[in-house]
Amino acid sequence: MGDILTLVGKRLGLGLIILLVISLIIFFMVELLPGDIAQAVLGQSATPENLAALRREMGLDQPAIVRYLEWLGQAVTLDFGSSIVTDARVTEIIGERFMNTLFLAAYAAVIAVPVSIILGVIVALLRNSIFDRVANVVSLSFISSPEFFLGYILILYFAVKWGMFPAIASLSEGMSFLDLLERTFLPALTLVLVVMAHMMRMTRAAIINLLASPYIEMARLKGAPPWRVIVKHALPNAWAPIINVVALNLAYLITGVVLVEVVFVYPGIGQALVDAVSKRDFPVVQACCLIFAATFILLNLAADVGAILTNPRLRHPK
Amino acid sequence: MGLKKTDVLLKIRDLKIQGYSDETWVDIIKGVDLTLHRGEVMGLIGESGAGKSTIGAAAMGYARDGTRIVEGSSIEFDGIELTTSSEAEKRALRGSRIAYVAQSAAASFNPAHKLIDQHTEAPVQYRIKKRLEAQEDAIELYERLRLPNPGEIGFRYPHQVSGGQLQRAMTAMAMSCRPDLIIFDEPTTALDVTTQIEVLAAIRDIVDQFNTAAIYITHDLAVVAQMADTIKVLLKGEEVEEAPTDQMLENPQEDYTKSLWAVRSFTSPQKHRPTDGTPPLISVKNVDASYSNGPKILDDVSFDIYEGMTVAVVGESGSGKSTTARVITGLLPPSKGEVLFKGEPFPASYKDRSKDQLRQCQMIYQMADTALNPKVQISEIIGRPAQFYSGLKGTALKTRVDELLDLIELEPSKYYNRYPPELSGGQKQRIGIARALAAEPTFIVCDEVTSALDQLVAEGILRLLDRLQNELNLAYMFITHDLATVRSIADEVVVMQNGQVVEQGPKDDMFTPPHHPYTDLLLSSVPEMDPNWLTTLLEERGVDNIGDAASAKIDPDDDKVEGTQV
Repeated sequence: MGDILTLVGKRLGLGLIILLVISLIIFFMVELLPGDIAQAVLGQSATPENLAALRREMGLDQPAIVRYLEWLGQAVTLDFGSSIVTDARVTEIIGERFMNTLFLAAYAAVIAVPVSIILGVIVALLRNSIFDRVANVVSLSFISSPEFFLGYILILYFAVKWGMFPAIASLSEGMSFLDLLERTFLPALTLVLVVMAHMMRMTRAAIINLLASPYIEMARLKGAPPWRVIVKHALPNAWAPIINVVALNLAYLITGVVLVEVVFVYPGIGQALVDAVSKRDFPVVQACCLIFAATFILLNLAADVGAILTNPRLRHPK
Repeated sequence: MGLKKTDVLLKIRDLKIQGYSDETWVDIIKGVDLTLHRGEVMGLIGESGAGKSTIGAAAMGYARDGTRIVEGSSIEFDGIELTTSSEAEKRALRGSRIAYVAQSAAASFNPAHKLIDQHTEAPVQYRIKKRLEAQEDAIELYERLRLPNPGEIGFRYPHQVSGGQLQRAMTAMAMSCRPDLIIFDEPTTALDVTTQIEVLAAIRDIVDQFNTAAIYITHDLAVVAQMADTIKVLLKGEEVEEAPTDQMLENPQEDYTKSLWAVRSFTSPQKHRPTDGTPPLISVKNVDASYSNGPKILDDVSFDIYEGMTVAVVGESGSGKSTTARVITGLLPPSKGEVLFKGEPFPASYKDRSKDQLRQCQMIYQMADTALNPKVQISEIIGRPAQFYSGLKGTALKTRVDELLDLIELEPSKYYNRYPPELSGGQKQRIGIARALAAEPTFIVCDEVTSALDQLVAEGILRLLDRLQNELNLAYMFITHDLATVRSIADEVVVMQNGQVVEQGPKDDMFTPPHHPYTDLLLSSVPEMDPNWLTTLLEERGVDNIGDAASAKIDPDDDKVEGTQV
């Protein structure tokens, strides 16, 4: 087990370094933009005296590196400063919204991951059958259509024509959990359809890739039925690539929901990001970017650790 | 066992199998008959492409992907016609009544499950035994097969167990349902001689104990002589002849069989070191080496290779033979010691060697399949080193490539524009040789160059290497675990064990006693054509003094021991 801990520790350290580099990039990219925050707050008509006063007040007269370290120091304690548009704390603006986004992503993931892995196993078992082809074509068509298009189609049928689910995923205080699930079903379903194809096809490919291995032939010659060959003998050796694709798709769920949230008017972080960008609300933009980056890194780290844990050579060293 | 030897268990008639290649179905097996009685062991031998494995699989009613059993063939197992049975009926026989032991146990055990869980899979599935009963039975079988720690070894994962032990665990697994028939598909080919012997002894023992019938597939005549009651010789999907083992060994009828028997006849005359004091071409001096701070792989290795001579380096896998070659070629700089070339120090890393130093040492690899880029034309494979080292261009380069193809006895015009996958194994190995020659080296490392080839083809390669040595005054470092190859081509022999040189000297000395105990173990573990060889050896030594157990008793630091007993 010592080996695994070292490996995980190394990956964790690497993740932190990457996050640090990203924070540098995020901070200095914003720094490179023409004009500064004081200018943006006060507008074109500001007098030089006013600008200078505000800069002093906001600490903008300090060198960039000092401000970066200050910003980073606060960010570590989850304090991203205040919005320059509304003056509210950034954490207040995006905190709740980020939780909403996490909820939507988790909702979609809880459906998409098991369904696509099970479907992947089934199409691997029935490879080259009609079912395999249909599942392939359908999942590929979903992934090839833009999210907003899928979202509108779902709204058209499930909300407008059949009236089964609400078209708008607005949240209100004191909703029951079931209500919440119903309200957010359509955006979650949209996301499920978008991410399923990758995971299903990777599961299928990873399993079929192993079918030529001598140990699969051995299992067949031991009289194991086809489903057992796939589930018991191929799948346990196919986890590493599957886990990686699952992690990538989960990261996509969290960072790629902007369009879906807009279509369903869902109060998630995507909407906040769009608002902040259009209003040049830099602290919010920076905070969103950092959160997205951290999510990506964390999920990839989880995938790495997962892949390590499914490898018997690493779990049970000689 | 109360069963009459005359009961027919497996009756194959007019077996035809086709394989799909280049968009058509090609005959692989062209009408083979086979009759196997209960408790009988039949050896199937032949070169690669003879269809031995395909017949073995067909005996289980199994056609590998891309092959099909042609209608009209009949495979009758204990009264059940397999060619017309449903998939489910055939599946019900596999593992329970007919079991399979594959060539590479390391690849055929599922890496994700413990050995014992794979062992109990079939008996539990067939409801022959409950899981715990099956586990107890597994432990008993492990014990019968003389696996170390039988009570514990099953609870390990395949990668935690050595090759020879895995092969025995696989034999135990095949026995789990006490089948009537076991197909052994080259079960010892991937093993070292010292390990092979204990697997052979274990297999023979257990097949005997349970009166199991077996089809034993191998290309090694000496092995089949120990194992089989009858031998069937195959060539390109057709039967050449079949006879009881004694008769087949003493008096083969067909020319092809005779040619197989005669293969090991080639011997190159032994050369001796020059006496005029010229320094050796390559001198390995007190070399230690390890991979990225891992354990020491080489421990104080020293030997010399003189111009125009062949030094065979022998030893089991893991003894450091290939690592030594990597040190000489500069791929792995040693942690201690040095390599001298004509008395001058050779830079430790290939990166620090000049072009002229690099050209001196070339390599030929075991697997020509993977050592040649399949997407590059032969002319370019051979031409690139000629261009790199000698700066040849245009017509000069083409002339040189033609010359090299001539040297390796392949007609230039026919092979110039072809790609490696279009060639046979032996031809590919010849291309590998030509590529090494293109650099105009004085020294070539031959790393197990014949072990992936059939005996007749391997002999062709040995003859070619010998001729090239005489014509071009090349020195070879010949890495091999096959002592027959050593006998035919070596001038001097270096024996390695656990990263140390345990013995070295001229070939004639090495093959005459007294030997170092390890050399003795290696020599005596090589199967001989005498069908009683294994029996006699086991009687002389006892079952506990073969294989791993025997090599463990040898102290590699021991000085030469007088006498031949261990």
